Amino acid sequence: MTHPAGGPERTIRDRVAIAGVGETTYYKRGRSPVSEFELAVDAVTRAAEDAGMAVRELDGFASYANDSTQPVRLARALGLEELRFSNMFWGGGGGGVCGAVGNAAAAVAAGYADHVVVYRSLAQGRFRFGSTFAATPGGSGISGDFAYSIPYGVMSPAQAIALRTQRFLADHGLGQDVLAAIALASYEHAQHNPRAVMYGRPLTREEYDRSRWIVEPFHLFDCCQENDGAAAVIVTSAERARDLRARPVYVLAAAQGGSRGHDLFTHSGPDYATANFKAVAARLYGMAGVEAGDVDVAQIYENFTGGALMSIIEHGLCGGDEAGAVLTHENLLWTGRLPVNTSGGNLAECYMHGLELVIEAVRQMRGTSTCQVPDAAVSLVAGGPVAAPVSSLLLRR
Amino acid sequence: METERAPYLSGELPRPEPRPDGVDRAFWDGTRQHILRVQRCGACGESQFPPEVVCTACGAGDVGWVDVPPTGTLTSFTRVWHPVHPGLVEDDVPYLIAVVELAPGVRVVGNIVGDPHRRDLTFDMPMEAEFEDHDDAGVTLVQWRPSPAPVRAPSDA
Repeated sequence: MTHPAGGPERTIRDRVAIAGVGETTYYKRGRSPVSEFELAVDAVTRAAEDAGMAVRELDGFASYANDSTQPVRLARALGLEELRFSNMFWGGGGGGVCGAVGNAAAAVAAGYADHVVVYRSLAQGRFRFGSTFAATPGGSGISGDFAYSIPYGVMSPAQAIALRTQRFLADHGLGQDVLAAIALASYEHAQHNPRAVMYGRPLTREEYDRSRWIVEPFHLFDCCQENDGAAAVIVTSAERARDLRARPVYVLAAAQGGSRGHDLFTHSGPDYATANFKAVAARLYGMAGVEAGDVDVAQIYENFTGGALMSIIEHGLCGGDEAGAVLTHENLLWTGRLPVNTSGGNLAECYMHGLELVIEAVRQMRGTSTCQVPDAAVSLVAGGPVAAPVSSLLLRR
Repeated sequence: METERAPYLSGELPRPEPRPDGVDRAFWDGTRQHILRVQRCGACGESQFPPEVVCTACGAGDVGWVDVPPTGTLTSFTRVWHPVHPGLVEDDVPYLIAVVELAPGVRVVGNIVGDPHRRDLTFDMPMEAEFEDHDDAGVTLVQWRPSPAPVRAPSDA
C-alpha cells in the first residue's frame, strides 16, 4: 500500500495496538437497569482499568451504528483532559464495527489522538434497532429505495439476507446443515462463557430444527439476539501499549466499504449472493501481509447464519463448494480446524453489534478466552455481512 | 380455477410514493399504465434500477426511461413466516418474496402470486409481471408469476 506518488507506506500495520477492553453485564433486550449512557460510561471505565490507565487520559472516541451516546458528553463525564478526536462510522449497523476500530487506529497512526476508545452502547427497551425497518405505518406513503421493497413485505435485514442466502446455498449445493452448524457452534461456545446471555442454555440440533421459521432458510436460532449492554476497546500506539498493563494486541489491518453497487435493500449490482466482503477482504489481507491460511481463529458477525456463512467464504477461510464438508459443527468449535465465534457470538453471547466479537478476538490473542485456541497468533473479525458498508479486522499477538 | 389473494398482501403496508425529487416518477406513472420501465443512459446505453440522478456506469447525466418487457428471470426467492410489519394480517403469512432480474445486474423485488407453499419455483426460471392495482391509493405494484411453459409446436412432438 505505497502511495501512488511514492513516500511512506500507508498502513496501520503494527503501528497500533488494542490496549484495553471493557464490557458491562450483558442483558436480554429491555432488561438493562440503567441508560445507554450509563452503560457506555461503565464499559469505557472498565476498558481503561483493563489497560491500567486513567480514564481521563483517553483523548478520542469512535463509534458506529448511530450510537446515541455523544462523545462530548462522555468526555465531560469522564473528566478527559482534552478531547482530540471523535468519529462516527456511517451506516451499516454492525457493518461498522471493525471500521470504527480502523478509524480509531487511523487517528492514532496519524497523530490526531493517543488513546481512542471505540464504544457501542445499547439499551433496546427504549429504542429497538430492528424496529426502524417497520416504523413506517401502514397506509402512509414511503418513497425512495424502500418504496421498491416495503410494499411487498420486504423490509427486514433477515429477509434481505435470506434472499442472498437462498441463492448462495443453491449455487454451492448447500442445505440447512451448514447454517445449523454455525448456530450450534456459537451456542456450544457460550456454554463455556459465563458472560454469555445464553450461558446455561445449550441448543440441540433437534431444538434448532423445531424452532419456528422466521424467513426461510432462517429458523429462530439462525437469527441474532437483541441485547442491552455496552462494550469498549482502547486503541493506542504500539509503543504506548507496551508500557501499559495488558498484553498488547497489534492491529495488522482494518478495512471497510463494499463492492460496486451493493446495498442491503436494493438488489441490483454485478454480484448478488454475497456478504459484500470480496473487495474488503482483499484489501484487508493486502494491508496485513498475511493470508487466509494464517488465520487461527475467527469471529464472524452472525446477524444471521447465512451472512456468517458467506463471510467465512469471502474471507477465504473455506471454499464455497467445500463448505458443506468443512463447515461442520466439529470443525467450527474451538477444538476444531476452523474455530469460529469462540465466545458465543451474536447468537449466544451478546448482540453488541459485534464489538463483543472484537473483544473476543483480543482475548484469543491474549490467551484468555474461555474457549482458547492453543497458540492462536492471528485473529480475524468480520462485521455486519450483506449490509453496506461492511468492515473487517485482523489482529496479531 | 386457482383462487388467488388480491391484493397479494391484504394487510395495510406503506404505499409507494414517487420521490420528492421526481427521479422515479416515470416508474410509478408507468406501473399505473401496466408498463414496466427502467432507466437507460443516453450516452452509454446501460440500464439501471433503482433509478439514480446519473448513469451509474458512465456518469452521464442524460438518464431517461424506457419501457421494457414485463419479464425477467428469478434470481432468488424465499418464504416469509414472521410478519415484521404490524400492518400485516394473519392470512398474509406465509408469503413469497422474489428478486427478479430484468437485465444483467438490474433487479427488482416483488411477491410471487399464487400458493405461497408452491414447490414449482427454480432459480433463474423465466418470470412475467402481474400488475396489482391499488386504486384507492392510486398506485400499482409489480408482482410476478412463472412464465407459462412454452407451447410445443406439433412438429416437436
